[in-house]
Amino acid sequence: MNVIILSAIWGVLMMYVGFIGKSKNLPTYVAIAGMIFLLVANWMEYLGISFFDINTKGMLVYDSFSLIFNQVMLISILVYFLLSGSQVSSFKNNVSDLYALMFFIITGISVVAGFKSLLMLFIGIEIISIPLYVLAGSEKSNLKSNEAALKYFLMGAFSTGLMLMGIAFLYGNAGTFMVEEIQLGATEITPMLSIGLILLLSSMSFKVSAAPFHFWTPDVYDGAPTVFTSFMATVVKSAAFFAFFKLFQNAFGNIKDEWGILVAVIAVFTLVIGNITAVFQQSLKRMLSYSSIAQAGFMLLGVFAMNTFAKQGLILYFAAYSLATIGIFAVLAKFKDHSIEAFNGFAKQHPVVAFGMLICILSLAGIPLTAGFFAKYFMLLGVIEQGNMIWLAIIAVICAAVSVYYYFRVLQAIYFKEAAPQTDISFSKPFGYLMLLNAALIIALGIHPDWLLSYLNM
Amino acid sequence: MFTAFDNFPALLIWLPLIGGLLSFLLKKEGMARIVSMASSLLTLVVVVASMIYAKPEHALLNQVSYVWLHGLGSSFSFLLDELTKTLCLLTAVIFPIVILIVKKKHYKNEHIFFGLLMLTQCGLMGVFMAADALVFYFFWELALIPVYFLSSIWGGEKRIKATFKFFIYTFIGSLLLLIGILYMYLQTEDNSFSIVSFYRVQLTLQQQFGLFFLFFSAFAIKMPIVPFHTWQPDAYEQAPTPVTMVLSGVMVKMGVFGVIRWLLPLFPLAVKEFNGPIILIISIGMIYASLIAIKQDSIKRLIAYSSIAHIGLMAAGVFALKEVAMQGVVLQMFNHGINIVALWVVADIIEKQTGVYKISELGGIATKAPVLSVFFVVAAMANIALPLTNAFVGEFMIFNGLFKYNPWIAALAGVSIILSAVYTLNMIKNVLYGSTSSATEGFVDAKNTHVIVFAVLVSFIIAIGIYPEPILHLIEKASNIPLYPYK
Repeated sequence: MNVIILSAIWGVLMMYVGFIGKSKNLPTYVAIAGMIFLLVANWMEYLGISFFDINTKGMLVYDSFSLIFNQVMLISILVYFLLSGSQVSSFKNNVSDLYALMFFIITGISVVAGFKSLLMLFIGIEIISIPLYVLAGSEKSNLKSNEAALKYFLMGAFSTGLMLMGIAFLYGNAGTFMVEEIQLGATEITPMLSIGLILLLSSMSFKVSAAPFHFWTPDVYDGAPTVFTSFMATVVKSAAFFAFFKLFQNAFGNIKDEWGILVAVIAVFTLVIGNITAVFQQSLKRMLSYSSIAQAGFMLLGVFAMNTFAKQGLILYFAAYSLATIGIFAVLAKFKDHSIEAFNGFAKQHPVVAFGMLICILSLAGIPLTAGFFAKYFMLLGVIEQGNMIWLAIIAVICAAVSVYYYFRVLQAIYFKEAAPQTDISFSKPFGYLMLLNAALIIALGIHPDWLLSYLNM
Repeated sequence: MFTAFDNFPALLIWLPLIGGLLSFLLKKEGMARIVSMASSLLTLVVVVASMIYAKPEHALLNQVSYVWLHGLGSSFSFLLDELTKTLCLLTAVIFPIVILIVKKKHYKNEHIFFGLLMLTQCGLMGVFMAADALVFYFFWELALIPVYFLSSIWGGEKRIKATFKFFIYTFIGSLLLLIGILYMYLQTEDNSFSIVSFYRVQLTLQQQFGLFFLFFSAFAIKMPIVPFHTWQPDAYEQAPTPVTMVLSGVMVKMGVFGVIRWLLPLFPLAVKEFNGPIILIISIGMIYASLIAIKQDSIKRLIAYSSIAHIGLMAAGVFALKEVAMQGVVLQMFNHGINIVALWVVADIIEKQTGVYKISELGGIATKAPVLSVFFVVAAMANIALPLTNAFVGEFMIFNGLFKYNPWIAALAGVSIILSAVYTLNMIKNVLYGSTSSATEGFVDAKNTHVIVFAVLVSFIIAIGIYPEPILHLIEKASNIPLYPYK
């Protein structure tokens, strides 16, 4: 509850910051300060200190799972602000408004984190989506950015429509919006229930860009300004996944046998399509959009498994995936040319930044000693625990091996290929240190994931 | 996590790790070489000390366990027994030799080269000593990453492609292994990854069949067994020679070791079911690899294919499930490491001096370089497994066991030994004798460090060939334990 209210207030505050200072970097500093403040506030709530006492009639409930999820998201956004802040503030005008929109998205994320009612889910998803449409189109003079915003808006509106319809069907079936009561009522499959479930499944698949609902993703991620692609592909996607998991666990957990196989099939499609298509991409930005689809396939395994391993694994996956992707995008945002060849010989010129990127890439590929390994590990463990679904795990690891192919192409460009030095790209010293800090976080989670997971009270 | 240094496994992990990390930081000319040489020699001392002082009954010296992932039931636990000691000794002997033969100022960014090399050693030690399946998997992968970078940065012309192929191959194998490990973990009663809990799991026949293939694919790719071998000749040829030595001398043993340590004790029913066909495939693969070796004109590719045949023999010996063959395999793992490194040293000297490694472009080296030639002949004899060389003892024992298993299979596998004489002697003849070519005109004999390396390797080859008793005594017990479920 702390984060919902404080982030909304800070968002409004951000808008005023635009009036006060003339300094270009002031909004970034205020935003970073705000993030640290929110982190502390969320942690205090975890420790049992709530600043606000609002009766939500049980529609928003925060347990350790929600709060740790919130914490992971806030840390990721803090890392994002630190690494990409200079890119955000390089926009010509309205920098503080862009930050304000991101703070409103945080509000939406923490609504989603605690929802117990389908209404709250809907409101949360909308609070996340609407500012995002604006962010996607924030490069007003760029045609591709406009196209991305429009496409995102149309697709988002469409999937929201599906979601509303699904919610209506569920309400018609159970007579309530509260997920736990829906769970209790869902003992037998009625037509209304199954239609509602499938509509919600489709709309959530849209939001997390799972195949066959993924077609908007590459275009939108590619067209949007790189800084905001980073935000969309990591934090927002994680939030949508969290909603997906929580909705299906709390509302439909009892009838998992009915829809489990459906999610498994979607996961397989997402894994195969995401990974195979990513292999053929020449632009790193587009490759990362397909890789985000592929990673979504792995996270879907968690939704399919729906056990303790999946819960722990998803939290770890959000952290691992967000940190790594934010790191890579922060470097990519400095490049005008987004092709993989542009990175040839990168390690020679910027060894520190290159090393940070190396760890991020290894983590995405799921190499041991990085957080990405344990993220995938938990997903596989969750699936294998289901017993007779080993084939799903085998498909997943074969896809993971395919993913090594395209991730390592970037590595090869950075470390093994030669090229004439590029003079127009420079990194400040602090940026290099921050990349190292990010790499250290990834490695710490890869050596000892218990440092994060021990806070989840299962 | 790691606090105690008062036992051997911890030292064997820490010494190369610290040496490697230090090397990364020492940019000053030559410093990294000294540090890594010192740490690898210290590792050798520790291994030898462990063989002398840490008798099997001294559990505290041979075992170490640190809590790692408490909730997951995994701990950093390492165990030194006779089998591991043999392989650790091999690793510890090979690395100083590898560092010795790296020429001064030959590689750019030498400190990174040595750092990665030492990390590889740390990974290998971890694989051999791991007494916990997740730790085993961790080190299995970690040994691979530095090698990937070493070969991709300092390798030959087609290095990026060849190394990538190698990486993808082994990565698929290890991911399948991971699934197998996770499945086993969920079957354990106490939810633990420790090897003891794994041994206690009761599996149905069907489960064993599935798990057998998940585990075996990883090991078969690593060894490699035909038809999973296509990465190997390219990788050996393109990697820088020091790395090729590590790859062929130590790393491929990871596969054989995996079979002995994990596969045989865990899935006895499946092994009994499949060992016949597997031995047959391996034997055919050995002949196939030997035939290809005969046709090779590149010394490097010839050694690579010869290595496939030799490793195949070890794998066949393991699956024969006979004690004498198992002892032979453990001994031969050590011998093969020594012999193949000896061949690579020669290939490296010839390539550095003449710039070619095509057999047809060489010749007449014997008159120019007698010391090198004598050494080359000894190494070649060991490769053919002539009596009085180390390989004779090992391969004789393997054949003994194979013959007990099935005389026909033994005869089939024996063909590859005859073929190995063909290609090895052919190579000797065309490289050392005949008239000198333009490339070998100004050939200079080996000197200084190379002579030391020769002496060390030859003494291993001859000593084990003449008097194998001490090392056989050491491995006797090691070879019986994996076969326990088959009695």
